Amino acid sequence: MNTHVPVAIIGAGPAGLQAAAVLAPRVDGPVVVFDREAQAGGVPRHCNHPGYGMRDMRRVMTGPAYARSLVKLADRAGATIKTSSMVTDWADDHSFNVTSPKGRDTVTADAIVIATGARERPRAARWVPGDRPAGVFTTGELQQAIHLEHQKVGSQAVVVGSELVSWSAVLTLRMGGVNTVAMVTESPRPETYAMFTYPGSLVFGTPLHRSTRVVRVIGRHRVSGVEVEQLSTGRRAVIPCDTVVFTGDWIPDHELVRRAGIEIDPATLGPRVDAGLTTAREGVFAAGNVIHPVDTAGVAAMDGVHVADSVFDYLSHASAPGSAVKIVAEAPIKWVTPSAFRAGGRKPPAGRLLFWADRYVPRPTLVARQDERVIGTVRLGQAAAPGRVFHAPWQLVAGARPDAGDIQITLG
Amino acid sequence: MTRDVVVIGAGVVGAAIARELSGYNLEVTLIEAKGDVGDGTSKANTAICHTGFDASPGTLESRLVHSGHQLLCEYANQTGIPIDKVSAMLVAWDDEQLQALPGLKAKAEQNGYDKAYLISAAATYEKVPDLGPGALGALIVPDESIICPWSTPLAFATEAVSRGAELMRDAAVTGVDVGQSTTLVHTTKGDVETRWVVNAAGLGGDTIEAMFGFDRFHLHPRRGELLVFDKLARPKVPVILLPVPSKMGKGVLISPTVFGNVMLGPTAEDMTDREDTATTAEGFDFMVDKARHLMPTLLDEEVTAAYAGLRAAHDQSDYVIEADAATRYAVAGCIRSTGLTSSMAVAEYVADLLKQAGLEMHRKSDAELPEPPKMPQIGEQAQRPFEDADLIASDPAYGRLVCFCERVSEGEIRDALHSEIPARDLGGVRRRTRAHNGRCQGFYCGAHLTAILQSSVREEI
Ligand SMILES: Cc1cc2nc3c(=O)[nH]c(=O)nc-3n(C[C@H](O)[C@H](O)[C@H](O)COP(=O)(O)OP(=O)(O)OC[C@H]3O[C@@H](n4cnc5c(N)ncnc54)[C@H](O)[C@@H]3O)c2cc1C
Ligand SMILES: Cc1cc2nc3c(=O)[nH]c(=O)nc-3n(C[C@H](O)[C@H](O)[C@H](O)COP(=O)(O)OP(=O)(O)OC[C@H]3O[C@@H](n4cnc5c(N)ncnc54)[C@H](O)[C@@H]3O)c2cc1C
Repeated sequence: MNTHVPVAIIGAGPAGLQAAAVLAPRVDGPVVVFDREAQAGGVPRHCNHPGYGMRDMRRVMTGPAYARSLVKLADRAGATIKTSSMVTDWADDHSFNVTSPKGRDTVTADAIVIATGARERPRAARWVPGDRPAGVFTTGELQQAIHLEHQKVGSQAVVVGSELVSWSAVLTLRMGGVNTVAMVTESPRPETYAMFTYPGSLVFGTPLHRSTRVVRVIGRHRVSGVEVEQLSTGRRAVIPCDTVVFTGDWIPDHELVRRAGIEIDPATLGPRVDAGLTTAREGVFAAGNVIHPVDTAGVAAMDGVHVADSVFDYLSHASAPGSAVKIVAEAPIKWVTPSAFRAGGRKPPAGRLLFWADRYVPRPTLVARQDERVIGTVRLGQAAAPGRVFHAPWQLVAGARPDAGDIQITLG
Repeated sequence: MTRDVVVIGAGVVGAAIARELSGYNLEVTLIEAKGDVGDGTSKANTAICHTGFDASPGTLESRLVHSGHQLLCEYANQTGIPIDKVSAMLVAWDDEQLQALPGLKAKAEQNGYDKAYLISAAATYEKVPDLGPGALGALIVPDESIICPWSTPLAFATEAVSRGAELMRDAAVTGVDVGQSTTLVHTTKGDVETRWVVNAAGLGGDTIEAMFGFDRFHLHPRRGELLVFDKLARPKVPVILLPVPSKMGKGVLISPTVFGNVMLGPTAEDMTDREDTATTAEGFDFMVDKARHLMPTLLDEEVTAAYAGLRAAHDQSDYVIEADAATRYAVAGCIRSTGLTSSMAVAEYVADLLKQAGLEMHRKSDAELPEPPKMPQIGEQAQRPFEDADLIASDPAYGRLVCFCERVSEGEIRDALHSEIPARDLGGVRRRTRAHNGRCQGFYCGAHLTAILQSSVREEI
């Protein structure tokens, strides 16, 4: 079957649903959101704890409640949400194939928004050797097991990581009747988040192993422990447990982007987007965690609102995205987004550049240079810390010239 | 009832033997210690269907690999076992290796394979642009194929069962009583009386040998660790990159898989523990080091999985496949690195030995034999269920995807749980469908799959 729609959105998480909610009333013709899950809503569907909705819904909600309100929002706005519908591959630049229980469709769209989210790297992708027993999870799987499927996962867990999401894992374990015996992080300091002091305090008493890495998973059939190594001394020890949760260490779900041959930003591993969230391919946009692995749901939703305007502009007067210069960040910054700059373009969502750092810098100053020349300097009020996004105003790079080469951002 | 033949071990070799023997008027029982067919060495190898071009000429192994390759390629096409003739390339990285290539070509010819040819450095890079710098030339072996290591033993065992063989799973052979005309085989699931026993116990082969009073070979595990890279790496590896044997020590291969991934490895480490399939930091370092040289861009891609297989390393110079009429016992042992390829030829060879040793056996007529099984389409070189509009129209379950990374539908998982040899656990489902084997390793589908499995177990009870 072949279908043509003005707007197709791939992924019904916060980013995709918000984009749909804004676009549906404005666009002539169907705005269709495809999601491969049986339920729309994205990751919040299974984050059954408070911490959602503060930014866009103006109240504290649980993930599932937040997901439901977003679905309602898109639905009421007149968007079509197709669930159990997976975009599997491309038919050509603006057409893709969808598999659902109803069959196999080829969908052609004037504008496409990729909002496929991000996932946590599994154990092998983190190069953790050892046995391959049952009882090894990522937070995503853990939450689905406990909150969606009501499964009993284990009794004593080690949580690897100390990102925002790691606390979410500890909370989920607690709700699933699993005791967290230790948290292990390579970082020298744990990164809590202001709004997460609540879950943070809940895990008070959980031993936190800093500057420590997991070197081995032990157990033939079921996990019986993890071996950890203290980075500074090289000293090793085994922590007995029956469950290991690998948290954080995000990678965008970029398969469709890569298969399309759309330029990837080697730092985020998501598509390179400009401030309007346009990818390097005309008429193809991206929003949410696929461009920033990862920020909160509210930020993903804000991307959705923002990208909607770009899509609408594009549909009104389709034009090729002009030439762009890259925005490149240097260590200890891991990535920056947007990472393409176009003169005369829009500002990014909330007028901010988003960053991720590999190490803690208390009161950083960001400097942007083009061709060795300083084009902007910003002193930040917040720390740059691994495990969560920090941001800086767009002014940092707004003075760039389209003909002066890459914009380099350093952190001092 | 007394069986005609008990085959011990449902790896690829034992399953092939059971299939072959059940094509005769024989009552066959296939006994496996583990919960599934092909759950030992046969599930964790590099999955290449070799031409046998580099075997030691004149050995039984050389002969059986050569004919096994042809038999298996044919059987795969007949049953839908995923197979892909991608060809192999042996790249020379130094003068010693370059000078070895003509000798390898000549050896291939001695082994009855005359289609290998040499190419220049330029042609080498043309075929595989992502190769690291320094390649001097290569030998191409056009018929080397990649195959599905899981579907192969499953197809054999499924056909054996449909031909009337009995399969006992979770039944470890613990001892035997060899009598006048029959042997009593003790298993953890009870005794089985049989006239003949065939030992195809892989790494457990010498233990079974001892039960029959033989001491012909000794085995120890040689661990091979492997890394599986994301499917997005597949375009970089159009062919199997085999190492040239050299003084520089053991090389590793980089190969595509029939599932569309890329595999790097294996290591070779002599062990004592016959169950230790753990991966190690040293193994990872070794492989990464090799890849950095062979194909540095491979390391830009994500690792999807890491695993290890245990070769049955031995103290012989060839396969040991023999039959003893006095004890009515045969063994297919010392099949270390080529058993996937040679399995069907080994099975024919064993059948011949049994016949020569006096087992009365007549081939069933074609009319008496059921059609060979049609294996699930889990390879990338043919249409998968999720792409098949007609199939989905006939049953929407094939359009309801459970494992997104590997595009595995609810229909396929249901089939795996209800097939002739049903999957009983996650591993079994993975080997029959690929579900959970993709880049997310369960982030999206793990809990859902567990739920499906649990409800299927409940159904059974
Ligand atoms: C464990 C955990 C806890 C968290 N806790 C919080 C919190 O407390 N507060 C907070 O604000 N944020 C939290 N977050 C982050 C938040 O959930 C994400 O930022 C947000 O969901 C991102 O939205 P998104 O739309 O970009 O992607 P997602 O929510 O990931 O949605 C992407 C959607 O795309 C679909 N999709 C992907 N590929 C395809 C395809 N090929 N075809 C069809 N559909 C496809 C997926 O099925 C999915 O529904 C948490 C995240 C996790 C993992
Ligand atoms: C890393 C690696 C890479 C390889 N690459 C290739 C390749 O590319 N191509 C190729 O052709 N070959 C390859 N091989 C070799 C191939 O995998 C083996 O030769 C083949 O799997 C051996 O099959 P098998 O049936 O003899 O052994 P197994 O698969 O080990 O089967 C023996 C079975 O016997 C069972 N068993 C043992 N003892 C008992 C008992 N007492 N009672 C009941 N059951 C018992 C075991 O549980 C097991 O399932 C590779 C091997 C390794 C390890």
